[in-house]
Amino acid sequence: MNKMLTKVLATSIAAVTLTAALAGCGKGSASSPAEGSNEIALWTHNAGNPDELAAVQKIVDSYNASQDKVKIKVQAFPQDSYNDSVVSAAAAGKLPCIVDIDGPNVPNWAWAGYLKPLELDTDLSKQLPSTVAKWDGKAYAVGYYDVALAMMARASDLKAAGVRVATIEQPWTKEEFQDALTKLKALGKWDYPLDLGTAGTGEWLPYAYSPFLQSFGGDLVNRDGFQSAEGKLNGDKAVEWANWFHGLADQGFMAKKSGKDSTQDFLNNKSAIIYTGSWAADKAKAAIGEDLVVMPPVDLGTGPKIGGASWQWGVTSACGNSEAAMDYLSYSLKPENVAAVAKATGAIPATEEAAAQIPAFAQGGADRIFMDFSRKYAVMRPETPAYPFIATEFGKATQDILNGAEPKSTLDKAVKAIDANIKSNGGYKK
Amino acid sequence: MKNQLLLKNAGTMLVRVLFAVVAAFPIVFMLVSSLKPDQQIFGDMSSFAAFLPVGNISFDNYAAVFDRVPAARFLLNSVGVSTVTVILGIFVNSLCAFALSRMQVRGKKIVFTAILATLIVPFQTLALPLVWWVNQLPYFELNGFSLEISKGWLDTYQVQIVPFIANAFSIYLYHQYFESIPKELDEAARIDGAGWFKIYRRVVMPLAGPATATVAILTFLPAWNSYLWPLMVIQSEELRPVMIGIQYFFQLNVSWGEVMAYASLITVPVVVLFIAFQRSFVNSIASSGVKG
Repeated sequence: MNKMLTKVLATSIAAVTLTAALAGCGKGSASSPAEGSNEIALWTHNAGNPDELAAVQKIVDSYNASQDKVKIKVQAFPQDSYNDSVVSAAAAGKLPCIVDIDGPNVPNWAWAGYLKPLELDTDLSKQLPSTVAKWDGKAYAVGYYDVALAMMARASDLKAAGVRVATIEQPWTKEEFQDALTKLKALGKWDYPLDLGTAGTGEWLPYAYSPFLQSFGGDLVNRDGFQSAEGKLNGDKAVEWANWFHGLADQGFMAKKSGKDSTQDFLNNKSAIIYTGSWAADKAKAAIGEDLVVMPPVDLGTGPKIGGASWQWGVTSACGNSEAAMDYLSYSLKPENVAAVAKATGAIPATEEAAAQIPAFAQGGADRIFMDFSRKYAVMRPETPAYPFIATEFGKATQDILNGAEPKSTLDKAVKAIDANIKSNGGYKK
Repeated sequence: MKNQLLLKNAGTMLVRVLFAVVAAFPIVFMLVSSLKPDQQIFGDMSSFAAFLPVGNISFDNYAAVFDRVPAARFLLNSVGVSTVTVILGIFVNSLCAFALSRMQVRGKKIVFTAILATLIVPFQTLALPLVWWVNQLPYFELNGFSLEISKGWLDTYQVQIVPFIANAFSIYLYHQYFESIPKELDEAARIDGAGWFKIYRRVVMPLAGPATATVAILTFLPAWNSYLWPLMVIQSEELRPVMIGIQYFFQLNVSWGEVMAYASLITVPVVVLFIAFQRSFVNSIASSGVKG
């Protein structure tokens, strides 16, 4: 019996040692810095995006070299799973000092207590309005860039169909758009002449399609107090939008579910017009050259609209040295830094001073049109902590409508869910 | 009669081949697409060329994968985490099942039922509370000659392993298999002077090869495919497993060729493991009466 016990004990010790050995493999480098350390952790969504990550790292390196009080340390996460990582870290009380955040999520994170209001030595009024995220009258995040939605086509295709090129001065009206699609369809070159990226999921749905709703005169929520979506998301204008949107698929102008990559399909001549972002411009230009035309979205009643806000930076409420974190953010917003990141990403720089340093975005530059779209058409996604829920409900309703659900009752259902969520969260008041 | 039998066999074979081809299509598509540039992948999509290595074929996507992602590190992490989870899982779960199957302990049926009941609870509902728990655990670290104790297992290797060692389904599989091994063998060993651990190690476990192979595969696959958990508990790049790596490719402009190359790279170890244990796996599933 004693012999057996000894063996069991020996095996148990071996197992425990093995586990302990694993434990000894050490913690990762992103773990919270030790107390008294002058290190400040910065989390970004740029893993897998070497150009933007390198630009951010360069700013951090230059800041670290500029002073010796603190050292900023970058940890990159992949974009698609970034929010989940931050929320888990918040649940475990392990938030870093500086985070980047997708603009529309800022009010929710601020309301949840993840973020501190910004106190920067920088004049934020010089920023593109869509690059500063505010909630409850305070700025919580600021970005180096924005992106803009646009319609792209081949000039030769439009000419062949007898369709004029839409411009910022004279965008297509709803009737012109209908006419253009009818003529392009009649050419018989494509199964579907229009690709609105209907295979998209997640944030793409509200980002891409709520501007159409807003152009009709509807909205995701009543912005006066953000307490209800009644009348905005299910009013006459919203129903009109839903019928129009579903009609595009019904008339055979676009697929209910497009290909997985609209840009690639467009480059392979599987569609005549795509609705995509400024991020696709370089690839399209490289493949199509001078034949590519970039056009504003359709004016469906109240002028063309596009979604505003991209990735921005904020300081968390868990930060033990927020003064230093704010100092870094102020430093990082220097025009040359903003220009460097915008250049690396091909995105719209957040300030005119930075734009002047990038030939493509300077006055008369090839990509200046996106900056003009952003200034002229950008509508911020509702700046309320309820936005993530509203976005999910809108996304579901849009997909249902596209697949043939009755518009009014579908939108009523979404409104009911949104209003219930706002109510159950006490109106998302501070 | 002979001709009829031949015809029947040929028919059965044809159906099997058809099923095999259909099942293989996604894998073939993945491997072939990993050799093509993005535009060609989408250009070939509407024809059978999508499944053929034709056109502009190269290994450029594989080279690009290693530029974008520390793929070798991620592979190494996943191999390490999965292997240790499998080894410790086999040891712990078989011991538990052995005790429940062989030892006469009061209330063991209740214990066994309670273990099985945990199968009903989906991991997603446990994930957040588990994050909180692992963050409360003591962490021991040797710093020179001094032992430092801190709180929290987040961002470590063991947080990817320890919560998944004990597994109700593995215990069930072993238990069912042990039940089919005659108890007379234990008694014979006991007469020869063997104790419980010797019976477990020398008699029961050597006969439980198929169960062990099944448990190995069924533990390895979720460990290898683990995504949600590492996403929540791992922050450092150097500790990330392969499945997190696939997210690196989903930028605003997705490089589909690179996605396919990376997917091909991380599929290989799983296919190799399955082929190695295929016979034992099927035997064990068949003998334990578990349907997949």
